Amino acid sequence: MDVWISIIISICAASTPLLIAATGELVVERSGVLNLGVEGMMVMGAVAAFSVAQLTGNPYLGAIAAIFVGALFSMLFAFLTLTLVANQVATGLALTILGLGLSGMIGEGFVGQPGIRMENIHIPVLTDLPVVGKLIFGQDLIFYISIALVFGVGWFLFKTHAGLMLRSVGDSHSSAHALGIKVIQIRYLAILFGGACAGLAGAHLSLVYVPQWVEGMTAGRGWIALALVVFASWRPGRVLIGAYLFGAVTIGQFHVQAIGVAIPAQFLTSLPYLATIVVLVLIARNRRLTMINTPASLGQPFVPDR
Amino acid sequence: MRIELQKRPVASSTFAYVSPLLALVLTLVAGVLMFIFLGKSPITGLYTYFLEPLTDPWSREQILVKATPLTLIAVGLAVCFRSGNWNIGAEGQYLIGGMFGAMLPVLFSEWQSPLMLPLMLIMGMLGGALYGFIPAILKARFGTNEILTSLMLVYVAQQLVDWVVRGPWRDPKGFGFPGSKSFSESATLPKLIEFGDAHYGAIIAVIVAIVVWFVLSKTLKGFEVTVLGQSPRAGRFAGFSAKKMTIFAFVVSGALAGLAGIGEVSGSVGKLDDKLSLGYGFSAIIVAFLGRLNPLGIIAAGLVLALSYIGGEAAQITMGVSDRATRVFQGLLLFFVLACDTLIHYRIRFISVVKVAT
Amino acid sequence: MKKTLFALAASCAVLTSNMAFGADGDKTKACFVYIGPTGDFGWTYQHDQGRLAVEAALGDKVETAFLESVPESAEAQRPIEAFARNGCNIIFTTSFNYMDPTNKAAKKHPKVKFEHATGYKRESPNVSTYSSKFYQGRYVQGQIAAKMSKTGVAGYIASFPIPEVVRGINSFILGAQSINPDFSLKVVWVSTWFDPPKEADAAKALIDQGVDIITQHTDSTAAMQVAAERGIKAFGQASDMIKFGPETQLTAIIDDWAPYYIERVKAVVDGNWEQQDVWHGMDHGSVAMAPFTNMPDDVSALATKTTTAITDGSLEPFTGPITKQDGTEWLKAGEKADIGTLLGMNFYVKGVDDKLPQ
Repeated sequence: MDVWISIIISICAASTPLLIAATGELVVERSGVLNLGVEGMMVMGAVAAFSVAQLTGNPYLGAIAAIFVGALFSMLFAFLTLTLVANQVATGLALTILGLGLSGMIGEGFVGQPGIRMENIHIPVLTDLPVVGKLIFGQDLIFYISIALVFGVGWFLFKTHAGLMLRSVGDSHSSAHALGIKVIQIRYLAILFGGACAGLAGAHLSLVYVPQWVEGMTAGRGWIALALVVFASWRPGRVLIGAYLFGAVTIGQFHVQAIGVAIPAQFLTSLPYLATIVVLVLIARNRRLTMINTPASLGQPFVPDR
Repeated sequence: MRIELQKRPVASSTFAYVSPLLALVLTLVAGVLMFIFLGKSPITGLYTYFLEPLTDPWSREQILVKATPLTLIAVGLAVCFRSGNWNIGAEGQYLIGGMFGAMLPVLFSEWQSPLMLPLMLIMGMLGGALYGFIPAILKARFGTNEILTSLMLVYVAQQLVDWVVRGPWRDPKGFGFPGSKSFSESATLPKLIEFGDAHYGAIIAVIVAIVVWFVLSKTLKGFEVTVLGQSPRAGRFAGFSAKKMTIFAFVVSGALAGLAGIGEVSGSVGKLDDKLSLGYGFSAIIVAFLGRLNPLGIIAAGLVLALSYIGGEAAQITMGVSDRATRVFQGLLLFFVLACDTLIHYRIRFISVVKVAT
Repeated sequence: MKKTLFALAASCAVLTSNMAFGADGDKTKACFVYIGPTGDFGWTYQHDQGRLAVEAALGDKVETAFLESVPESAEAQRPIEAFARNGCNIIFTTSFNYMDPTNKAAKKHPKVKFEHATGYKRESPNVSTYSSKFYQGRYVQGQIAAKMSKTGVAGYIASFPIPEVVRGINSFILGAQSINPDFSLKVVWVSTWFDPPKEADAAKALIDQGVDIITQHTDSTAAMQVAAERGIKAFGQASDMIKFGPETQLTAIIDDWAPYYIERVKAVVDGNWEQQDVWHGMDHGSVAMAPFTNMPDDVSALATKTTTAITDGSLEPFTGPITKQDGTEWLKAGEKADIGTLLGMNFYVKGVDDKLPQ
């Protein structure tokens, strides 16, 4: 039993950064903006978190710095795509390229330093409960934030007026604009939130997952987060499922190996991507589902008529 | 800060040429600041990056080597992007092209024939085209978002190639390292000069760019691409089918990416290995935009980006500037290109896209 | 644009003409090509320590340079050649997959000496190959593991199924079985030399599968950190990783390239460099053990004794009787493995709980 709990905790660790980044991107896409720069913002978050934690000795300050840096970095994207109406696809890509390079430069002095791990929380009695104690009451703070984030975003999007406005901007910016909703302003805020989330996801990598700074340590996780949003057909609950499925495959492939089952690892690794494509097709075929969930203005630039 | 943009009734043709140059100048200025920040001489830095490689035949040849796949892929992407189809998966089409093309020399390594090479190139294009066809047909049939499907397929392609070179196609004499047998002479794209590095792919790339430029700017098909890209509705009135265009654009773009893939496999690497994916498919997006989606501009843009790679390596060797600086340069360059594009903007395309959305 | 650039070039040329690397004719230039970052605290870090030792030992007779994170395969060709063209007299290429590019570059630059680590191809007289008998250290680790493990199972994070890695796995299990004949070993292949999150995932999976000692043939310190977090013991790889696991590391195999690098660069300085193929071990100081920590005195005494025996040649890990994994006999009692079998090792010995990927 303990073994399974331990495996599940490993899966939580592998899923948490994906979950946070994907939840952030979900909000961005719900507002009708496609930001392909998640990987870049995430890696900037990772380096910011690690360097601040090293300099101050406090991993929590590191995580806050990561949120800040991720948000700041996303503003570059927002300015170009919203104010200058630049192409979103290309700008997002530029953000990723720049982030990977810039983080490498910033982190140069921190390579090879053993980092300070953000410790798991410990609540007397509860954490020491048999079986579930460590799983439910003994993980790192960012894990709890990630779970709260999913539910918070779900509540925000579907139960609040502000969430309704955000979705209406994503569904039809022109109609929203006609109703007097400030399209650009809402999108700026959504992108800001997405950047903050990506930054925090990066902090998890360099403060919890592997407490060290390694250049390009996001290793494609930002892109996976993007895929998860679509896989989840823009529903927060499904992002949670998708992220954990992906985490399970990531961890599971090594267990399968250690047990001695011979399935090509490449097949397991490509499963989530193939699944995403299938889901994309299914939701696109089902018109009702599509109309409910897909932000219709996704990726289209908005220029207010004056 | 609030920036309000005035729409131009017609795209400014002046700025269409000025904006990429302005972006380059801004990148150079940012480069100067970066070198000062790094404590290096900016003059030496910029010289090493952008001029020194041009002064020596060997470096010039290396630029050609690097620019070849970038240009080929970017020309294909230009067709896609111009027609309003967002192919982000060129990297996957490049890989599958390399794999399809490698099929002949790997499986029929005994076969020595002058037909080998042309068949390989055709197979490469076929592989890329087929792989590009997947997101296209999904978009045309089901309305699936092509940005995401084409991107997902990149990862699938990476895993597929990885599996092939570690499993069925692995060289039995390769000490367990992933990679196929080395190709024979007849399966190797010849070099431009003996003992050189640049191969005939460079010439193919230029010819392809010119042909595509001709098609885009002088033929009805090119007109169709532009009209559908700028306004699908107007295209419909003109009797053009947006769905057929999606398939056409992806197949062309996939075939060219596939050609680039087999060109690299056959011309540069000489075998299929697990190191084929170097991100050319993504860098080519920068090239396509830097070249203003014009195939002739893309030739120049491909050379500029290749120059930054080669110059970056030179800077690493002679100045101790790390390769991260190169990536920062490339990211900045793309940012400035995109930002400067606003000067041309409010071209027809953007107005009509908004209208479509209403 | 070109005009302005060339104008700038003209003005810079004067400034930079005598700045280029290699303009100072008296010094010998030793150049290093690395697979990872110098700060990996593993494989590349140790090579870089070797480079620094060359600078320290030979002072102003030499000048060194390095390129880090150079991709393997065909992409390595250009940086290696760039070094050769930039006045390097001797170039060390420090990863197996630099083999073909190194040999190609050596043909084109017959005056430059090339030293390729862990390879076997010496296609022209200016290429040497060198490696170390790291497996000797693995044997010591195996003995320690068998003494320290409670579960009787150790975990091994492996990179690629090449002879070098397989040899290490076999030597480890032989060492362990010399203490506990029932000891077994779980192996997980991660298909990378350096990817900390992936190495961490593999370490967690192994620990959850019941191993209580981790050893690795990958280059980062991630597995050490995971072991520390989970409160089990681990071995450092390639360099002393004690600061990543002060209460975790039992010992580490330290690759000490300094003696070899100093010797070879000095040979170039003195003009008596000759082609060779060396495979040194503990006897030459190329393989050293980090201090034996976090273990009882009797275990560290045993480890010290074994190390001494391997160093003075009285103990060779691959001495019969040894049975292969499939149950067939490999070496009779007292028989020593021949060097050819060791260099091409592609089978497991008994006790490895894994199927060797073929």
